[in-house]
Amino acid sequence: MENKANDTLIVSSAPHLVSEVDTSRIMGTVILALVPSFFVSTYVFGFRVITLTLVCIAACVTLEYLFNKITKKKQTIGDLSAVVTGMLLAFNVPSNLSYIIAIIGCFVAIVIVKGLFGGLGQNVANPAITARIVLFLSFTTQMTTWPLPRGQQTADVVTGPTPLGILKGANGVLPSNTDMFFGFIGGSMGEISAIALLIGGIFLIWRGIISPIIPVSFIATVAVIALAAGQDPVFHVMAGGVMIGAFFMATDYATSPILPLGKLIFGIGCGCFTMIIRLFGSYPEGVSFAILLMNIITPHIDNFCERRIFGGVKS
Amino acid sequence: MAEKKKHLQSIHVPHNKNTVECETERMPIPDFVYISMSQHIGAPCRPLVKKGDSVKVGQPIGDSDVPMSVPIHSSVSGIVSGIEESRSDNGGKNTLVVIEADKKQELWEGIQAPKAGSREEFIQAVRASGLVGLGGAAFPTHIKYNPKNIQDVTTLIINGAECEPFITSDHRIMVEETENIIDGALLVMKQLGMQEGFIGVEDNKPDAIAALRSMIEQKGNPNIEVIPLRSRYPQGAERVMVYEVTGKTMDAGVLPADLGVILSNVTSIAFIGQYFKNGIPLIAKRITVDGDAISRPANVLCPIGTKIADVVEFCGGYKEPPKKILMGGPMMGRAIFSDQLPVIKNNNAILIFAGEQAWVKEETACINCGRCYRACPFKLMPTLLSSAVKRRDAGALERLKVMQCMECGSCSYICPARRPLSFNNKLGKAIVKEAQSK
Repeated sequence: MENKANDTLIVSSAPHLVSEVDTSRIMGTVILALVPSFFVSTYVFGFRVITLTLVCIAACVTLEYLFNKITKKKQTIGDLSAVVTGMLLAFNVPSNLSYIIAIIGCFVAIVIVKGLFGGLGQNVANPAITARIVLFLSFTTQMTTWPLPRGQQTADVVTGPTPLGILKGANGVLPSNTDMFFGFIGGSMGEISAIALLIGGIFLIWRGIISPIIPVSFIATVAVIALAAGQDPVFHVMAGGVMIGAFFMATDYATSPILPLGKLIFGIGCGCFTMIIRLFGSYPEGVSFAILLMNIITPHIDNFCERRIFGGVKS
Repeated sequence: MAEKKKHLQSIHVPHNKNTVECETERMPIPDFVYISMSQHIGAPCRPLVKKGDSVKVGQPIGDSDVPMSVPIHSSVSGIVSGIEESRSDNGGKNTLVVIEADKKQELWEGIQAPKAGSREEFIQAVRASGLVGLGGAAFPTHIKYNPKNIQDVTTLIINGAECEPFITSDHRIMVEETENIIDGALLVMKQLGMQEGFIGVEDNKPDAIAALRSMIEQKGNPNIEVIPLRSRYPQGAERVMVYEVTGKTMDAGVLPADLGVILSNVTSIAFIGQYFKNGIPLIAKRITVDGDAISRPANVLCPIGTKIADVVEFCGGYKEPPKKILMGGPMMGRAIFSDQLPVIKNNNAILIFAGEQAWVKEETACINCGRCYRACPFKLMPTLLSSAVKRRDAGALERLKVMQCMECGSCSYICPARRPLSFNNKLGKAIVKEAQSK
């Protein structure tokens, strides 16, 4: 009897309690935050939004599963990060993109950008952003053929330019800021509705998943530069990928700085590059390039902002 | 002076103070007690008794000539049935004096309320009482109260934060032995020539704060102030407490006396109050017994040297086979390998778990979320430290100030990837010490 209790005892180092928040719960919260945008997109572009999103999620999860299997790594699909990548990638392409091209994007994101660099947390660049850029450069026509939103399609015209395209000189009439706010515009699936992304972003900040520093500094920089260039700041903030980029892509933990000052530099940098490309570049939109560029210099920003540790001054 | 706007970084942990309403129960004397000769930081004691000796309650049974040590007293009356070598809770060797109790609990003749005329006499009496820091560190109190720069020490801080989840023994002391706390505080302040006293209590213990305040009033409003503190973890850590109460930054390895303060736990102070009244040395300890595998959670006053298994039996036994037994709280306590170990002076809780919190969680990849950075009270950077530990890079560890870490466990608690960051820092400190000794 005496040692019966001791047979089952575990000895481990303190602490013996851990928070309930784990990686999959964080990823789950991000997925939840993307749902409003998903609904608006489904309403605006129709049923294909659902199937394309599901294809991307399934492809990302399957590819991660296979990659881990082939490289004999511990299975990581349970952390839900592949689901987030799949959703974000789907949200960054037009709703009429062919499934094959979407799956190629998933391969770039999961295998090349994430897996080969060592998996979750080790990637240098945001997988969804990088995949989107690869698709954009490889399949430029398909990636820039934007289906028109509900109500604007006619019998023979089903595609049209995005607001930023119109600004850059494509044929069309600029939509009102109200339409852009609610998302009745052309564009990538998940980036159109400012309000839906704002709801998701505020939800993430409220749940403590992301810090407001990056989104606020990113968006504020875009607005200030637009104003300085004599253009409508509200338009620039709601057009293209600024909202989804600021709240969901630039805030990716692995590829953004860890300390508040670093986050501020990162956010301002994203805003600057976005506006430089929009105003002076040959592409109408620059959010993905801006985030990718800032991803690359993130380690340097982190090194630059080492912080003061408590104490350490001998009296 | 106690006004301060900025707080250190902290985390929220569930309080789980299930036993807060449980009045302290005096445990019956067990058949045998196993009194450890190593119950404090410093040199272990050598037994003063041998097999067959009869001992009485409060009789010194262990002492040492080394300055950094404290005598150990018998908690029961009875016959010494043996001196045993055993393994201690931290895995080291330990000597136990085993006493078969006669249950008469006769007091030792030498017991009398000490006189404390001069400061030297007071310090001598504190040593003779067997008191060590009862907050958990077990630092010999007579050394703490005898700093070189005693003339610079102006402030007594009494730590009643009790920020560890589950534990309520300090809380019960504050409610049940309020007078001893204030008497002890006044005595220490008078003897050490300190002008002011602060009692820091987390604001989740309003009854304790009220009890202390009304006792201060009863005693004619001496210069002791109760400071309600935020109920955040690790509010009760020494260096956090000093900062939150005085705003002074205290480095690792620095004595509070160098900053003009002396910090004692409420339980230590209450013991001083009691000791200078009746002279009974430190022979019993209030312990919170809780956890999902114990039948009857309780606060128990048990003789030092009681086997944990006996305490468990007093609390109704195990509800289900335990998976983890902790001495101390879940954040900083030690998981022990056997319930046959005895209760020692600085024990304040025995927590027994069978459920999920007993398991070691599977570690996953760091996602660079920065939660550990935001959790660390001292603004250390646990992810950088853990990669420096992996490289065994003593230089980087020193530059990142791993020695400042107090192993509060906040970073490990908060980590969504379940990485043992706090434990890593412990390894990091060992690497730095090794490099320094070369």
